[in-house]
Amino acid sequence: MKYLPLIWATLWRKKTRTIFTLLSVIIAFLLFGLLETVDYAFSHGSGGVTGADKLITTNKYSITLSLPFADLQQIRSVPGVVAVTWFTWFGAYYQESKNFVFAIPIDTDTYLDYHKDELIISDRDLKEYSSTRSGALVNVALMKKYGWKVGDKVPLHSTIWTQKKDGSLDWTFDIVGTFDSKDPALAAAQSSQLLFHYELFDEGRNFGKGTVSWFQERIADPAKSAALARQIDALFANSSDETKTQPANDFTLTFLKQLGDIGFVVHAILGAVFFTLLFLTGNTMMQSVRERIPELAVLKTLGFSDGKVLGLVIAESLLLCVIAALIGLALSYAALPIVKIGLQGVQLSPLALIPGIGVAVVLALIVGVPPALRAGRLNIIDALAARR
Amino acid sequence: MSEPIVSLRNVTKRYVRGKQSVDVLEGLTLDIPKGEFVALMGPSGSGKTTLLNLIGGLDTPTSGEITVAGQRLDQLSSGGLSHWRANHVGFVFQFYNLMPMLTAQKNVELPLLLTKLSAGQRKTNALAALTLVGIADRAKHKPNELSGGQAQRVAIARALVADPTLLVCDEPTGDLDRKSADDVLHLLQILNRDHGKSIVMVTHDPKAAEFAGRQLHMDKGALLEAGSVAA
Repeated sequence: MKYLPLIWATLWRKKTRTIFTLLSVIIAFLLFGLLETVDYAFSHGSGGVTGADKLITTNKYSITLSLPFADLQQIRSVPGVVAVTWFTWFGAYYQESKNFVFAIPIDTDTYLDYHKDELIISDRDLKEYSSTRSGALVNVALMKKYGWKVGDKVPLHSTIWTQKKDGSLDWTFDIVGTFDSKDPALAAAQSSQLLFHYELFDEGRNFGKGTVSWFQERIADPAKSAALARQIDALFANSSDETKTQPANDFTLTFLKQLGDIGFVVHAILGAVFFTLLFLTGNTMMQSVRERIPELAVLKTLGFSDGKVLGLVIAESLLLCVIAALIGLALSYAALPIVKIGLQGVQLSPLALIPGIGVAVVLALIVGVPPALRAGRLNIIDALAARR
Repeated sequence: MSEPIVSLRNVTKRYVRGKQSVDVLEGLTLDIPKGEFVALMGPSGSGKTTLLNLIGGLDTPTSGEITVAGQRLDQLSSGGLSHWRANHVGFVFQFYNLMPMLTAQKNVELPLLLTKLSAGQRKTNALAALTLVGIADRAKHKPNELSGGQAQRVAIARALVADPTLLVCDEPTGDLDRKSADDVLHLLQILNRDHGKSIVMVTHDPKAAEFAGRQLHMDKGALLEAGSVAA
């Protein structure tokens, strides 16, 4: 510790250079923290089935394959399942394909029961919705986005479902009310949602009648979620529609994973960033030691051994990298809630930040050891001769 | 004559650069008694700085024996020399060689980092050394805020702070004006006379050499007899 003031003063010998180097390392570790946290979430999921209070049952082989609506009764009968609703992907846009609308055909009672802690809907709007067959409840953000008002008639174009009556892909809804999100973490995910009656959809669609994309279950005791998931899947084992039941968070991850190999993308980006950082910081350290050769020679003259001088340079590199890494990781920790919103409620764990400290130490050693060896091997006479 | 603090016997120093080898010191024998202030003079390339480096334990001889403060330096390893330098010798350079990012006080404390003294004791000792050289009022100033003479006093305080038996000075006034040079030389004289420090000083300046108790002249790697210098 007694050498810390010396190392600290040396670090700030060239303030501008140190600040820029710190900033580049901070940004690299901010990126590391954010990307690693996302990768951690994708590779670890919610930590397994145990502890989840919401489960999702999909077709065992693909979420694009539907399940019979009749499965609902069997799932409901499983002791411990307190609420079940279902979901069918409608795939809609408004006027142009870029205007995605997350339209969901819902069974009002079961859907609102399942999402009771997530949505804010006024009694008036709910009553109006219940009594209007073509009615739709629209998220306030979506209303604002397209300038819709209650009372408007909104045509949506489904990319999947043709109508039985005329084969058209266009479905028209009457906006009878709005809803908002209770949980800010879910606000982004719900911001493009439009809810409409499942009966209208099921009766109106040209095909697929009596099928759903998946079932969503809420259970009484999260501690028993693993057993319940197994129990539900056992109900449909060896049937033509075998199921896979998993926590809702893991399902979200599975869904997002369709985008690509998240782990590969994350590590490719980080690899490029740290490869560049290695050269940048390494060059800074080399240059810093090169400029200080006479000063290092003076330290040796005063009696600092080769090992002590080597240690001082490595310590300087460690101090620079670890401080910057801690700042970068702290910033990424602070940014986790924002990332969580962007990832539609995926659970992010600060545990993913811990390896960052190890990465900082390795980085410090890689960039610090070569100049430190040079400093340690410094010949006092030659080094001082440059100043004489 | 008192016991020698510096004793050299048949010391040679040869530098090899590629295929060329240069004999800088040739069979040099010298005794410097404890408490003496010696000025080493001679033309450039005469070997005086090489001799100073050997006496200060910064370099090792090609052959011969060097004993300083009772220790055979030619038998010490690099680590052993580092340890010996920390305990027995203080260096003063022509260009002060202070750490630019540290205050005068922190510069003076540097050699004490190698001791077991507490931070408080290091500070006290550094301030005492700065007081001794008459520059305690500049303790919080960095080297670029000091004049040449002041910076050299700080360098002398750094050389003194660990209470070495020997001070090795390489052209300590070479970068100073006459007035500052005389002040620094006077200070070295006081350290020698009143504090018993043995001093070996390399200088080109005959006036600076007059402050020393004895002048040694070198040429072509050998010490000259007093008579041959006068001639």
